[in-house]
Amino acid sequence: MSAPVAPTTVEITKIEAGALQAAPRPRRISARAAILIGVGVLWLLAFALAHGQGTDTLPMAALNDVHGFFDAVKNWVADNRSSNVVLLALDGVRVVVNAVVQALLALLAATPYGLGYPEIGWLGSVLLFGWIAWVFGNVRVALLTVGFLVVIGVQGLYLEAMQTLAITLAAVFFSLLIGIPVGIWTGRSRRVERVLTPVLDFMQTMPTFVYLAPLALIFLIGPAAAVIATLIYAAPPVIRLTAHGVRDIPESIDESVASLGATPRQRLRTVVLPLARTSIVLGINQTTMAALSMVTIAALIAAPGLGQVVVQALQSLNVGRAFNAGLAVVLLAIVLDRVTTAIGRRADPAVVAARRTAAVWPRRIAYAVGAVIVIVGIVLSRSQLWAAVFPRQIEFGDVIESAVNAASAWVNATIGGATSALQEVVTTALINPLQALLEQSPIVVVMAAFTVIAFTAGRWALAGGTLAGMLVVWLLGVWGPSMVTLASTLVATALTVAIALVVGVWMGRVARVDAAIRPILDAAQTMPAFVYLVPFLGLFGPNRFTAIVAAVIYAAPIAIKIIADAIRQLPDTLGEVALSTGSSPWQDVTKVQLPMIRHAITLAVNQALIYVLAMVVIGGLVGGGGLGYLVVAGFVQVELFGKGLAAGLAIVIWGMLLDRTTQAFAHRAPRASTAPAAPARRLRRSTLTRTPRTATA
Amino acid sequence: MHHAATRTLSTLAVLSVSALALAGCGSSLNDTSSDAGGAAACGTTNLAMNNWVGYTADAAVYTYLAENELGCTVAQKPISEEVAWQGFGTGEVDAIIENWGHASLKEKYIDGDKTAVDLGPTGNEGVIGWFIPQWMTEAYPDLKTWEDLNKYADLFKTSESDGKGQLLDGDPSYVTNDEALVTNLGLNYKVVYAGSEAALIEAFRSAEANHTPLLAYFYEPHWFFSEQKLGHITLPEYTDGCDADPAKVACDYPPYVLDKIVSSAWAAKDTPAVKLMQNFSWTNDDQNTVAAYIAKDNMSPEDAAKKWVDDNPDKVATLLQGIK
Repeated sequence: MSAPVAPTTVEITKIEAGALQAAPRPRRISARAAILIGVGVLWLLAFALAHGQGTDTLPMAALNDVHGFFDAVKNWVADNRSSNVVLLALDGVRVVVNAVVQALLALLAATPYGLGYPEIGWLGSVLLFGWIAWVFGNVRVALLTVGFLVVIGVQGLYLEAMQTLAITLAAVFFSLLIGIPVGIWTGRSRRVERVLTPVLDFMQTMPTFVYLAPLALIFLIGPAAAVIATLIYAAPPVIRLTAHGVRDIPESIDESVASLGATPRQRLRTVVLPLARTSIVLGINQTTMAALSMVTIAALIAAPGLGQVVVQALQSLNVGRAFNAGLAVVLLAIVLDRVTTAIGRRADPAVVAARRTAAVWPRRIAYAVGAVIVIVGIVLSRSQLWAAVFPRQIEFGDVIESAVNAASAWVNATIGGATSALQEVVTTALINPLQALLEQSPIVVVMAAFTVIAFTAGRWALAGGTLAGMLVVWLLGVWGPSMVTLASTLVATALTVAIALVVGVWMGRVARVDAAIRPILDAAQTMPAFVYLVPFLGLFGPNRFTAIVAAVIYAAPIAIKIIADAIRQLPDTLGEVALSTGSSPWQDVTKVQLPMIRHAITLAVNQALIYVLAMVVIGGLVGGGGLGYLVVAGFVQVELFGKGLAAGLAIVIWGMLLDRTTQAFAHRAPRASTAPAAPARRLRRSTLTRTPRTATA
Repeated sequence: MHHAATRTLSTLAVLSVSALALAGCGSSLNDTSSDAGGAAACGTTNLAMNNWVGYTADAAVYTYLAENELGCTVAQKPISEEVAWQGFGTGEVDAIIENWGHASLKEKYIDGDKTAVDLGPTGNEGVIGWFIPQWMTEAYPDLKTWEDLNKYADLFKTSESDGKGQLLDGDPSYVTNDEALVTNLGLNYKVVYAGSEAALIEAFRSAEANHTPLLAYFYEPHWFFSEQKLGHITLPEYTDGCDADPAKVACDYPPYVLDKIVSSAWAAKDTPAVKLMQNFSWTNDDQNTVAAYIAKDNMSPEDAAKKWVDDNPDKVATLLQGIK
């Protein structure tokens, strides 16, 4: 970072003093605080008086008319699949998607005919991917690609990894095919943006479980449906980031090119795409990571690959095998992330210019030699068995498996008692009271309270939207379960933010700690949650607390990174000043740093909430109850299809309400100039790791 | 940059074209024009793989015999129970080898659009019910039927059960009337949903290890019985039709005759694979044995099937009778 002109100490003290003066909230905020406290008091009062009245207690298996309606729609689809025009068109989509994914599967994993070997065996594909990483990225990512793919092979999972890769690549392909044009359109038209933003929010907040059953109904089961399910979840990042890149193009440039008489198409090719390139590549990166994170979920509708191994290992509670496959997912994610990031760096205009002036011929010759090696490798992998299928003799997946199983059993035996005591304490002290408050208060009171809170955050529009959303949840017949889910979500978010504050500040202040912890955070985000469910079940038993722990593990990394980055971006001189005025590190953190990053903290709360909500359904698998359980049940039981769908919609609605409310609070919070910009919501890890550190200036 | 990109792209294009050209030429491992006739005659069976280990055991033995004794090909497709039925009409699924009840699905797919047929029982009898861990069967010998439960409600209290006794339910895809049963039998219990079979088994394991009380929904045949002899709590006797109205159920779960459901189109082919499916029948003990090989001894399903087949030549002979 080439620091901007460093201000003198005197100036800093002034800025500092100013910031501290400004930080104690102006009167408007304390009024807001008063309203919020008032809401709390009134709510508690109503709870005490009207305990258990006016609540919703629909038994788990009971259905209402809305659920019946969804069921009827489902049956209609099943009956009219081969006669209705729309459904036939959708089937056409399936055929196209299926053709692409089957071609990729045949190319990399196994052909459906003959002996079932891939068109390009492991040797050929490892070399090919290494070459691509080298040509589009650099030597380091090429070595990493080759190395990690070989490690996956040694884990005994090469075939499964290629199946996963084929499905991921197909999903990314279709995401880009749709996402980039839509993104450009969104970036150029405010109206499209206004319409599309809630749709994208919806696509990303909707728990994937929810639409698996309807998708399987329309697109049948198998790889094609898996690709489409993945597409829904993975396309929004590239749309958002493409739009972001297009919107950021200085109008003057675009206008001057237009004034030179360029057609819209020329402007797109010569101005818009080149200037938005960095952002688009970042979007591709995010989309790829999102697609990969769907592998375990897609396994539930018969998508082949690593997800299958994880899901099946869990049936027999084989933590080790699930971990082994999860590790392969992590390795694959690192490869895809590094390669797309390297491509992104190459898209940087400065790098392009540097490469243009460098000698071209030596590089071309090297690429050509590499290409020859790749072709030899492909030929070998198509004619020699040892190069087609990864040799079994050098697998050590079993070793990883038994080591992890032993470790898991040891941990369970050693601290099992202490953990269940912890579970008891948190459940009785935190979850149960909060859930009782939400569940036993009259629905009217809960709705009124949330509406007022939304009003203090975002005035009338938000208050109206919140009330409407809650009414829909009530009409959907899932109010009771949604209160269970809400209680767990709030507890999980609070725990996540608490952890993020401690770890994030520590990472932000000590670079070495950051370097040590960041890879762990990356892995925690990429490791499929299914992998750590079983060890947690052993430690905490099947209950809401286990679901909360799983959600915290998933949500903490993003919140930690936001806070760590915000702390690091504070000017160094600030700490020096604090030190020179004789404050202790504790005072430095609490009096100077935390107030300065208030905006980042609200952003962390917002992201923690969204990520926790994304885990509600997974939590339903380990005793989380509430909406999550209903969604899982709706997926697997015909009778509960409609109710599961209703529960899924309720999760989406709560997600949007909580997101909008916390965002509104975030916007109103005094904005520290150094807080990281919040790009598209719910971006996967890499954006934040790569938020340009020089953006401060 | 434009030029650089175009260049790398064209290099890539050349490379892909050569790769494709290679794919077209004849030296591939996949060339099997001189394939054995057996596999062609039998064809490929798309076998749905539902997500419990007992099912995996059935499927593993079927697959092993079909592939090694009859030269058929079996494509195992992991799908959840009820979703699999949708695949019969489209050819995505040919067979479900262990079906539990599902009267409404039978009505829709077998009697209704006739895309599926019932190929008879697997020989396994399914028991669904309420179970307690093994240590409790010794410590509380008088805890045997539903009538004893209210006396012990306090014992089964947890942080999840609102001061009542806890009845732990499992994977949502399995049949359950438990909420209605608790209400209709006047039990001071609350149904808590564990959400998965893994959660149930972990709960029984830790209950046994720490001697903590547990009352949970479970089922036989299941490999877990070879690890722990769970105690069965009997409910009011099942009579035909006593569970007709889901809200008023006050009787035990019916005994399940597990059967094989296959697609009509596949059954009509009458290949060795179909005949083997018709013949397929074994006991709960057989299934538990193979399932325990897989789930407890960490054997691969193929190895587990092979071990059982090698250990039981006479049973295998019955399964293959009239086919070879």
